[in-house]
Amino acid sequence: MKPDRALLLHLAVIAALFAMQYVLPAYHQGNLARILVLATFATGYNILFGYTGLLSLGHALFFAAGMYGAGMTMRFLDWPALAAFPAGIVAATLLAGMIGALALRTTGVAFMIVTLMFAQAGYLTILYFNEFTRGDEGFVIVQATRNILGFDLSNDDVRFVAAWLIFSVGLLVALAVVRSRMGRVLVAIRENEERTRMLGFDPFPYKLSAVALSGAYAGAAGAAYALLFGSVGASFASIQYSIEPLLFVLLGGTGVVLGPLVGAIVIFYLIEYAREVTTAYLIVVGVALVLLILFARKGVLGSLRRRTDGWLP
Amino acid sequence: MDFGPQLFLASLDGMVTAAVLALTALGLSLVFGVMRVVNVAHGEFFMLGAVIAWFVASNIGGHAAIGFIAALIIAPLVVGAIAAAADWIVLKRLDYEPEATIVATIGLLYILQQGALVTFGPVAQAVEPPFNKRIEIPWFEGANVGWGLFTTSYKLFVIGATIAILIGVWLLLSRTKIGLVMRATQLDRETAQAFGIPVEKVYALTFGFGAALAALAAVLIVPIQQADYLMGGDPLLLSFIVVIIGGLGSLRGTLVAALIIGMSDGIISVFFTPTLAKIIATLAVAMVLVFRPQGLFGAKAQ
Repeated sequence: MKPDRALLLHLAVIAALFAMQYVLPAYHQGNLARILVLATFATGYNILFGYTGLLSLGHALFFAAGMYGAGMTMRFLDWPALAAFPAGIVAATLLAGMIGALALRTTGVAFMIVTLMFAQAGYLTILYFNEFTRGDEGFVIVQATRNILGFDLSNDDVRFVAAWLIFSVGLLVALAVVRSRMGRVLVAIRENEERTRMLGFDPFPYKLSAVALSGAYAGAAGAAYALLFGSVGASFASIQYSIEPLLFVLLGGTGVVLGPLVGAIVIFYLIEYAREVTTAYLIVVGVALVLLILFARKGVLGSLRRRTDGWLP
Repeated sequence: MDFGPQLFLASLDGMVTAAVLALTALGLSLVFGVMRVVNVAHGEFFMLGAVIAWFVASNIGGHAAIGFIAALIIAPLVVGAIAAAADWIVLKRLDYEPEATIVATIGLLYILQQGALVTFGPVAQAVEPPFNKRIEIPWFEGANVGWGLFTTSYKLFVIGATIAILIGVWLLLSRTKIGLVMRATQLDRETAQAFGIPVEKVYALTFGFGAALAALAAVLIVPIQQADYLMGGDPLLLSFIVVIIGGLGSLRGTLVAALIIGMSDGIISVFFTPTLAKIIATLAVAMVLVFRPQGLFGAKAQ
């Protein structure tokens, strides 16, 4: 039997990431933990955008739903972190399912605008209920409550391993999904929705599942962000957090499972570097978007895949 | 204050909002109608208009009116040129493919906004209005006359100027060769090209013109609102709302919707909070797109 090259590659990446904590200095280890959480967010986004071909401009809302789902249950209901984390995922998945059911009635440009509008309405709603959400200012989750089964999530090493664990699970699930029958149908919908319908598949449940699944990823990332870094705020629901996963995916490679990780690492450090040089560091985001869409539509790994007989999933 | 006078004042402020919104949204609607391009950077062209107005007004001495009139001419021209260049350099190469152009205009949004942060700075700047006479409004119900119930001549000027500009745009589109060419391109790009219309140039011109309208709106409002590098968000959001409720690409629908959204935004903001007004509007838009994609006033898709 031939060895499963793709699975081995992904396991190797996961192992290499784990080993990074022994190699990297503390500062970069902290950065990598943050990158892994954001990459988890983008890995889910990739299933929707990269594999299903649906460009959402509103995923910040699901990230924030995960964040507030975890943060609010801990703050107001005194839930332990172990229960708050899945609460965030459930909140985001349900919200994504509801918004997806509405937004998927539209296609193309209208889908992008509808998702953008819902996310904006969500962002404004968080601001409106300032009394509970603390608006843009946000609130801090008490450090003592940020522990799971005795592990202190605010500890640097624990935090890294937790972020790594969430990313690894997300990566392997994404790999399994895109290689499954469902993943094939999603790609078929991306390539030609009409023809997929003709082949006897109803695209709607598949598209809705893709929205909900990407929402679950966003929720997991948002909840993890709240638990690992302790801050919850409305700014995470702003348009910038909808653009970031799109940018990560575009740079790393749309429709490549490992793409978002590569994109997240590159963009994170580009922004970090630009931040030292100028206050207008977000210009990096703008320039990267324009250059990518003009000259490198396939992203880093997308271009690489064309030279590897396409076995890279 | 009584409910009546307060409603009257809110309506008047709503009219000013509606006027500026109508111009801004008209630009967005025109670009979408002719080019089928959703310009996410539209709000930044608005911001650029305000920022350039400040630069012009603060560099030209003399009476405030001189700087204002100069800004009224220079800002739309400069912004229009920047937009046309962006179209020529970026959007044209993407063949105006919807997803790619949206991503590109998001990129443009960040470039323009952060560019303004570098050149203009993070601090909001005020521009002096050319005239700003306090106009008392006699209120016949009596009791509260004399305190608070006033508007300014500049606000009335904004409303008047907007009506004049709208008539001008309408004449341009319906009575001139440029308008004819734009409408022809909108109806059928291929046929227009076959008849020798330089479609690419028409696109650049339309994109520039749409942005110039946003800049013009910004010059009008900046003496009331101040220039700030982050000010592009609200006009973008409201223009989107207006263009969608009015029906994508329908200019008449855009104007009606601008009036409704501007007025209700003004009134709800006064009696409740601006945030609530925007939540209602954004949700309304999402619902309109989902359940009535041609907009409330738009005709069925051709």
